[in-house]
This record gives sequence, C-alpha cells and structure tokens, in this order.
Amino acid sequence: MTTQRTSGRRRQAFAAAAAVAGMLALAACGGGNSSDDGGSKTGAAGFDAANNKVAQASLVKKGGELKFVSAQDADFWDTTRGYYGFMWDFSRYYSRQLLTFKTEPGAAGAELTPDLATDEGQVSSDGKTYTFHLRDGITWEDGKAITSQDIKYGIERVWAQDVLSGGPIYLQQMLDPNNTYKGPYKDTSKDKLGLKAISTPDAKTIVFHLPVANSDFKQVLAMVTASPVRQDKDTKAKYTLHPFSSGPYKFQSYSPGKKLVLVRNTNWKASSDPVRKAYPDKISLTISSNQSDMDQRLINGDYDIDAGQTGLGPQGRTIALKEHKANLDNPISGFIRYAVFPQSVKPFDNIECRKAVIYAADHVSLQTARGGPIAGGDIGTNMLPPAIAGGEGQKYDPYGISGANKTGNDDLAKKALKACGQPNGFKTTIAVRNNKTQEVATATSLQAALKKVGIQADIYQYDGSQSSGIIGSPSNVAKKKLGIIIMGWGADFPTVQGYGAPLWDSKYILQSGNNNFALIKDKTIDGLFNQYNTALDESKKTQIATEINHKVMEGAYYLPFTFERLLNWRSSRIANVYTTNAYSGYYDFVNIGLKSTK
Amino acid sequence: MLAYLIRRLFAAAVMLVVIILVVFSIFFLVPKWAGVDIATSFVGKQADPHAVAAVREKLGLSDPIFIQVWHFFKGIFVGRTYSAGGDVTHCAAPCFGYSFRSEQSVWPVLTDRFPVTLGLALGAAVLWLVFGVAAGVLSALKRGTIWDRSAMVIALGGVSLPIYFTGLLSLAIFSYGLNWINGQYVPLDQSFSGWLGGMILPWITLAFLYAAMYARITRATMLEILGEDYIRTARAKGLKEQVVIGKHAMRSTMTPILTMLGMDLGALIGGAILTETTFSLPGLGQAVLTAIKNQDLPIILGVTLITSLAVLLANLVVDILYAVIDPRVRLS
Amino acid sequence: MTELSKSGAAVGEPTDASPAPTAFLEVRDLKVHFPTDDGLVKSVDGLSFSLEKGKTLGIVGESGSGKSVTSLGIMGLHTAGQYGKRKAQISGEIWLDGTELLSADPDHVRKLRGRQMSMIFQDPLSALHPYYTIGAQIVEAYRIHHDVDKKTARRRAVEMLDRVGIPQPDKRVDSYPHEFSGGMRQRAMIAMSLVNNPELLIADEPTTALDVTVQAQILDLIRDLQKEFGSAVIVITHDLGVVAELADDILVMYGGRCVERGPAEDVFYQPRHPYTWGLLGSMPRLDREQQDRLIPVKGSPPSLINIPSGCAFNPRCPYADLPKDNVTRTVRPELAEVGTRHWAACHLGKEQRERIWTEEIAPKL
Repeated sequence: MTTQRTSGRRRQAFAAAAAVAGMLALAACGGGNSSDDGGSKTGAAGFDAANNKVAQASLVKKGGELKFVSAQDADFWDTTRGYYGFMWDFSRYYSRQLLTFKTEPGAAGAELTPDLATDEGQVSSDGKTYTFHLRDGITWEDGKAITSQDIKYGIERVWAQDVLSGGPIYLQQMLDPNNTYKGPYKDTSKDKLGLKAISTPDAKTIVFHLPVANSDFKQVLAMVTASPVRQDKDTKAKYTLHPFSSGPYKFQSYSPGKKLVLVRNTNWKASSDPVRKAYPDKISLTISSNQSDMDQRLINGDYDIDAGQTGLGPQGRTIALKEHKANLDNPISGFIRYAVFPQSVKPFDNIECRKAVIYAADHVSLQTARGGPIAGGDIGTNMLPPAIAGGEGQKYDPYGISGANKTGNDDLAKKALKACGQPNGFKTTIAVRNNKTQEVATATSLQAALKKVGIQADIYQYDGSQSSGIIGSPSNVAKKKLGIIIMGWGADFPTVQGYGAPLWDSKYILQSGNNNFALIKDKTIDGLFNQYNTALDESKKTQIATEINHKVMEGAYYLPFTFERLLNWRSSRIANVYTTNAYSGYYDFVNIGLKSTK
Repeated sequence: MLAYLIRRLFAAAVMLVVIILVVFSIFFLVPKWAGVDIATSFVGKQADPHAVAAVREKLGLSDPIFIQVWHFFKGIFVGRTYSAGGDVTHCAAPCFGYSFRSEQSVWPVLTDRFPVTLGLALGAAVLWLVFGVAAGVLSALKRGTIWDRSAMVIALGGVSLPIYFTGLLSLAIFSYGLNWINGQYVPLDQSFSGWLGGMILPWITLAFLYAAMYARITRATMLEILGEDYIRTARAKGLKEQVVIGKHAMRSTMTPILTMLGMDLGALIGGAILTETTFSLPGLGQAVLTAIKNQDLPIILGVTLITSLAVLLANLVVDILYAVIDPRVRLS
Repeated sequence: MTELSKSGAAVGEPTDASPAPTAFLEVRDLKVHFPTDDGLVKSVDGLSFSLEKGKTLGIVGESGSGKSVTSLGIMGLHTAGQYGKRKAQISGEIWLDGTELLSADPDHVRKLRGRQMSMIFQDPLSALHPYYTIGAQIVEAYRIHHDVDKKTARRRAVEMLDRVGIPQPDKRVDSYPHEFSGGMRQRAMIAMSLVNNPELLIADEPTTALDVTVQAQILDLIRDLQKEFGSAVIVITHDLGVVAELADDILVMYGGRCVERGPAEDVFYQPRHPYTWGLLGSMPRLDREQQDRLIPVKGSPPSLINIPSGCAFNPRCPYADLPKDNVTRTVRPELAEVGTRHWAACHLGKEQRERIWTEEIAPKL
C-alpha cells in the first residue's frame, strides 16, 4: 500500500543535504522551547492526542480549505482502480458505499456502519445472500438519485480489468470466482447489468448472491471498489481523471502528479449521510516531489496533513519531535515488517532451520534498523497486527522475541541448527528491495546476527518496483535460492482474511505476484480460513483469527521485525482529528475540520 | 546552407527514431532479462492472472517491439485508435498515447509541463549568463587578485555542490527560515508574482551551478583571447579599453559560451530532474522521474522525444549561431 | 639628431630634469621590465634613440632582443593591456612631437595611438579580428579619431584599400581576413595603419609571415607610402636584408640594449660590433654557396632574467678573450662613437675591430 519515493542512494544524499538544511531550519526557528504537553501555545492538541481518540472535536468550524500534501499522487482516483491506502481513506470525500467504516477513533473505526444502505443488510442463514435497501435522499453530484443499478454497475466495473486495472478484485473473487462475467464494457445485455450474482429488484434494493459464503463480504462491500458509478458518466479508463461524485465533495480540478482540488457537492444532503460531516468548504491535495521540503512545509503550516500518511522523513522527524511534539501522533499502523522463509529453498523446508534464524536474530537491532521505537515501531512478536480483531500484540510471543531472546539467543539457534541437521550453519540469500533504506538496514542487521551462529547470508538487492516478478514468482525464488525475503504487509480490510489470506492460504499461491512467499500449504490453516468465511458471529471470527495467527507462528515461517508505528503530522489548524484502524492507523480524513475558516 | 540544414534535419530525424528504439528496448528488454513481467506492476497487489493478461493486452505489451515502435510513430503523424476491453478511444495526431498510470493523454501532459521546464531553464540561463560571464570577465581582468581567487573558489563550490544540497539550503534559508519567499510553484497564468516567487529559488540554485561553470570557462577563454594579436591591434588603433574588452574580446569569448549554452539549454529541457524534484516544480523532469518509477512508458517516450528534440534543435541553433558569429565557419 | 653618446643605463641622467628634445621621436633610457615567477625579465634595459619625420629607423636583433617590446612601449601597449597584479615596469622617457608619453595621461596616449602613431604587426592573420570584415576594422580605426558617419568612413576605407593596391577594393572591403591571401591581408593591415595619416609608423616584422615575392612588394609599399605621407617609420626585423632597402639608420639590439647604431650604409659596410658581423653573416645571399657563408651567431640569446655580466654578448663572442683583464666579462661596454653618427658598444679596440672586419669578416660575406 505504500511505495517508496526515492531510491536508496538518492535518499541518502537527500538525508545528508537535508541534515544541513535541517540544522539551519532549527536555528531559524529560534531554538528549542519544546512543548510536549497537550494544548501548546500554537493550539496543537498534544502528542498522541489524536491517536485512538478524537482531538479537539469541539473546536471544529464549518468552512475553509483543508490542505493535504503528498509526496505521491494516488495510483488512481477511479473508485474501481485505486489501491493505495490513502486513496481509500481520501475517496470517502467523493464516494459512498452501501456500508462504510464508522467515523470513530481506533478499533471502533474498523467497525462497519450503513452508508447508502438503510441498515447493515439482511444476510441469509447460509451466509450466501445479502440484501440491502437504499436510503432516501442519496444523490449524485448532478442531483439525480443514486440507484441500486448504479451500485451494481460500479461493482461490475471490477470485472473490466482489461480497461480498469489496478484495484483489488475481492468482489469478483467472492461473487464470481470463476470469472464468467466479462465486465460491463463487453456486456451484451441492454442495460449492461448482466452480472448474475447481483440483482436489483428495484431502484432501492440490491441483492448479492455469493456462490460460497464469506463472512467478510460486508468488509468488501465497504471497500472503495464497491462504490456506485453511473453508466452515463463512466468515461472508462479516463474515469480516474474525474470520478463522478456520490459524496459531499466533487472534483473541481485535477492535474495528475500536481494537484487535486475538491469542492462541496451542493447536491449532497447531510440528512442522507449519517457518516460524513463535511466540515471544510474545499479540500486540496498538492503533490510535492521533495519529501524534506514537504515535511518542512507541513511544520511551517503551509499544509495540514500528509495525505500519504507515510510519516515524516528523518530530518522532519527530528525537528518535529524536538519543537512540535504536540503536533504529532504515533499510532500503530496495520503493517508488520518481517522476514519470511520460502519453503522451496533448502534448508528452509525444515522448520528447525527457520527457527534457528528466528532465534539468532537480534530483534532490538532489527527494530533500530526500522527506525527505532517511534519511527519504526514496537518489536513484532507475531504475524497478526494488533489493530486487527484477534491480534494480541506483544502478549503473544512464542519465540520470546520481545522478551528473553530480545537480542538473539545463539544457544537456542545452534540447538535448532543441530536439529535441522546443519550444526555448522549453512549458506543462504536475503532478498531485499533496493529502494527501501530501512529494509536494507534490516537485511544487514540480520546478516550480522546470522553470522554469529554460522549462517552465511548474502544480501541480494533487487529493484523494488519489480517485486511482483522477482520475489512474487515462486519459480524465480527457488531458482535464485532466495531463502530469506524481507517484506512488509498491511491489510486491505481489517480482518484476518484481509490481512492473512493472501499470505497464508494455499489457494493464494500464484505464479506471479505471489504474496504467500513461504508457500504455506497447511490444511489446518486453509481449514481455519474456510471456517472463518462461514462464521457469522464476530467473537467466533476473532477467535479463529487468533488461532490462524498461532498456527502461522508455530510453523516458524516468519520472523516478524516490527508492529509498525506511524509518526504523522497534524497541523494546529485542524480539529476533530483521530486515527482509525479502518485505514491502518491513518487519520480519518473524511471528518477532519478546521478550527478557523480563515 | 539549405542543403546543410536539410542534411542536419534528416540526421536529426534518424537520431530520434534510434533514440525511441533504444528507449523501447530498455523498457522491454531489461525487465525481460531480469525475468519480470511488466504487466504485473499494473494490477493490484493480488496479481490475478486474468487481470495481468488483460493489462498486457490493453497496454499492447505483448506486441513485438518493432510493432510497438511503428504504432508509436504512426500515432504521432496520423493518430491511432486504442481499443481494449470494449473501451475504444481515438487519439488524434499528434498522438503520444495515454499514460499507463494516470490515463492522461501524453501530449497535453507534455504541453502542460514543457513551459515550466522551459521557464526554469531560460530564467536560470539568463541569470547564469549575466552573472557567470560577468564574473568570468572580471576575474580574467583582475587575474591573480583576491577578487579573482575568491570568485574562482566560489565557482569551484558552485560546480561541485549538488543541486539538492544548494537547493535545500536555499529553501531552508529563504523560504523556511527568513520566510522571504514562499518558494512553491504557482502557474504563470495564475499570478505573475507568485510564479516569480516560486521560480526565483530554482533559478538561483540552477544558475549558481551553471554560473560557476560559465565563469570558469569565460575566465579561461577571456584570458586566452586577451593574449590574441588582434586584441593588441584593437588597442593599437586607439580604442578605449572598454571597447577592446566589450566588443573585440567579448565577441570571441562568446563563441564557446554560446556553444555551451546551446547544449546546456537543450539538456536542461529534459534534464532538470534534480532541480524540479527539489523544488517540486511540475516540469518535464519531474514527470519523467515519476514515469520511470511508475514504468509509465508513454510518458517516458514523450519526454524523451521532447528532450531529444530540444537537444537536437539546440545543437542546430548553436551551429547556425556559430556561423553568424564566426564568419570562418560559413565557408564549410 | 641629438647627442646619443651619453645614452645607456650607466650614464643615468635624471630623466625628469632633461629638456624636451627637438627630434620628432626621442627615446631616452627606456627600460621595460616584466616581473615573473622566475625573476625580473629585463626585456629592454636602457635604450635611447631618436628619429626625425620622413626618416626610417631599422631596429634589428634576434627574437628576445627587446625590439618588439620597445615598439609596444612606444605605443603604450604595455600599460594598456595589463591586467592583474603583474604589471610591466617601464621607466625612461619617450618624447613624441614634444610630448612625453610615459608620464602623459594614458587616455591622451590612447588618443595618439592609431592617429599620430600606428603600427603594422607581424602576422596579419592573427592581428586582424577574425569575426569582423576588413572594412569594418578599417572603418573602426578611422572613426575612433574622426567624427564621421559610417558612409564616409567606408569611403575612406575603400580609398585606403585602393591605395595599398588591393584590387576591387569596393568589394573586398566586405571580406573577412580569412578570405584574403597573406600579402593582401598585410596590405589591408597597412591600409588600416595608415588610415589616419600617422606621423609615426612602426612596422613590426612586417614581412616575416609572408613569402619572399610578396615581401618585396610590401616593403616597396611601405617605402612609397612613407614618401607620400612623410611619416617617421620604425621597421623592426630580425632580417638585416629587410632594413637594407628601407632604413636610413640602423639600430642593432642585443639583450635589451643597443649594441650598434649608425647610418644604414655604415652599419652595413663598416659594422663595428661582433654581433652585427654575425647578423650580416646570417643574411641570405643568393650569390654564395651555403658552405662558404659565415656561420651565424653561435649559441642562443641571453636570458633576460640573468643577463651576462660585462658585455651581454660575451658568451657568444669569438673575440671575447682579446681585451685584457677579462674586461668583457666584468664591465659593461658603453656605446662609443666609431664613426660619424656611428656608435658601437664593444671592448675591442677600434683598430682591432677594423682589422678583424676587413681581414676576417668582410671577405667571407
């Protein structure tokens, strides 16, 4: 979901240059009278004031321009095609879905609530049929009513991957796993609504027929891919340049890679929308190509929030922590950073050899390589993010990663090596993306720790933009003998299925673009996912999620590095700010307002 | 002269075709050698095989390179029609295709971004010519003095310090620190003063680098020219020293400087990547950098073509200017 | 002609006290020194001479003897073109038509340059600006000193080109230097020098860069023009043959000083300095076989930073040991009268020199 901005070398050069710039900026600020308590002179809410709670909700005023900045444009603004996390968060400004995430901080934010639908829908007892009724007063930006057909058409667009590539395809996988429908553009039926799995008995009713039950179907309906699209406004591939709004804001202007400006959609009625508050009059997003410049402008107050939510860069972070701590939040993100052991590469077919690496690693050093406790995150002890239902955080630590074996346990590692039949260690290769400085740093740390127990690891740096073909191709991984792959992962939707199915379920093993790097083919795990899909009770789902996590950890397929934390800037101008688990610990953009409309 | 021009233009056209072929080859062959399927980077993170195949089809990635090159050039001269998955679009000439990522037509992207880069290059060029040449001349005339030495030390700094360093430094001082200028780009048609405010730091930063080079070249050339017999002749005529330097010596000094200027301007049109990135200027350099990261071939091709064209054109202009300045060149 | 016997550095007459001369051009104890990293280069080290209008002085010497430096000194071109810290050090007096140039306002001297005194340079290809037409360069030279419009100046340029014998001057005026042949270029250069009717014309090696047939034409041209304009002319050359035809007086320079000076006739037929003998010996003669000719001057010109003590010529002089007490190596010889208006600076006795000339040198020439 995140992508690196600059290549490693450039980034280092930037860092060096910016260190000087940073010092100058520090001097220019007039020295350090830090205010790490809440309610600073500038009006900032305080450190972590918006982390899992709402900051300054009472100060919000209607009107004004909320200014986003980002080092990167969205991949697509087309609701069918966007995959960047911040695009999903941002798209709530101009798109609505049947269900959406509650606009509440932290874990509550990951719960679903009706949006276009009148309620959470009726699910048949076999879990295969979902029926929704639409609210009154829901309109498009031209004032026409949003119909169930519009929603169906919007969902159908997911099938047109030949035109609308890029987005998640869960809807297609759940509604039409065999991909029989050819998409609306090749649809021969007159109304282009030929997808059998969805029926629209009337303009206000929509019924989904799943061939196989999936308890996360509502989660998928809350994804931006399930947004309505009106057929007469569908410009196909070009739709991304100007999506037709169903939300409180509409596109005023968009220049890709430069700037996006949203203004109020005057046809949107607050009464029809229980979720969105629509405080500002205008929302702008400026794309900046220079991270350190962007950070500086955030700190200076030229912008309010980094839309990318990738956190401040090294020098911005230093300045901000020193001078403006009250403007920062340090939430846990939905990401886990880890190393994974493909079982196709010997000797990682043997669980003991995998364990040997886990024990040998210096977890504190790995955390430091990730950026330390604030910028990097907490030491990761298992593979289910704490923000996902069923996640236990550091409480579940089967290998003593954050406890006894924090800095590595060579004895246990050597014992495991002996059990693996490699008492003198072995040779292997660590694959790491060359454009991710911190990943390269973790590779180096791991290499050093492994050396102590006799495991000789070479570091193989590859072009990060090509990951799907390099590490995502199991045959390539086997051929190149990439025994340790360093990666990171965040959930597409905040459940064990959204996070873990692509990583651990054997049916997600792909020949290209594979994410089940460990090639886990565990019937127990597959079975647990199937159970999860049919479980309708939330507590049962949570329990299964925990169980899946335990099974994965017991298999020693992964060496988790960190439960990642973000360090995000919130300007002193904004109010009603909070982080939400729905979007990996990002601020919930849609309800942020300004304290003053000037 | 005309025959010469035609010959040059023909050579330039051949060159452009070769450049485009090379870009295509790099784009397709390098991932192929690395065993990577480009199409996978255009689908979502699940890389569903159907979706990958569909993308390959849509982007025309499965056609042989020569066919793709042919389509590309055809598009420029007569336009072309894209049809994929029931989405049929006609793209009128000059058609540079559509961005693989943003779905924008490439041509408007180029015409939108070109003025930014051109403004950056020209504005900086004026600054560096004025200050670089002036510093070089003064340095030459005050050779060996403190002035000369300090100017040349500063010039050495200018040549050796990278843009992102001087750029960030200037931003830190003038924008974040002193708050004199905002330093953010504003389109010219929105506000002239805003535009000026956004361009001044990039100009100065870029001009600093080039002024340094130009000062050094000017100084060296001027010193050489001052030793020429015809300068002595000019003095022997009774010309004022200002005229000797300003007319006789400058005219000769300008020849290598103009040559450099042509090349530098040409290269800057497509190559101001660092400056544009540092200052977030939405020019061609920034576009091509993002395009390379995004594997956005049509944008890469478009910018490459514009850049190559600019370089070739700049060379042509330099050659013609050369003939205007130096009558000895006209014979050949 | 004024008294020259007292010239030379050793005499050291205070220059500011001396009265204005009556000659048109008079140079007194001229010294031109250049500071360099290796030491002080004494290019001209105490040179005196005078010249009347209508007369021609030939200054002869090897390269590095200071002859060109002298001419540039007269023109004031050492100071005009000096930049940076190291400036030429010039002392002495240069009187031109009653004005002392070295102490005069530089801008006044500049105004004299090109008008009252002008110069023809050795290599016309490098001395003409390659980027301007011949016409433009002559026009410029004319308009510096004459407040006329371009048309008039152009007419004048065409007229001058015609005068120096350039065919189709109205067309050639728009040509560039590189479009001219070597001889034509030098004619154009001469036209440029004479465009303001200068009273003093300095020709610095005017024919060196030209081939032999053209050389004679150029020399004829200079002579004709001198007659016509009545200017004083200084011809600087390393080739005695050039001045033989042209000069009234000859001044032989060695190591930045004058070693012999006198009427051309005397210097040619009664030379009284061994260096002059050497120069005569190195003159190309068409009527002699190569091997019969005197070997020119052996050795190389002296270093101008460490000029040999005593007579500067002593290391190369075959007769250096003839005078007693090693005097040639310790005492610098002064110019002494050896005939009517004829001076030479040599420690050899007068009779000794006459004998060597008539018995050893002259027969071999």
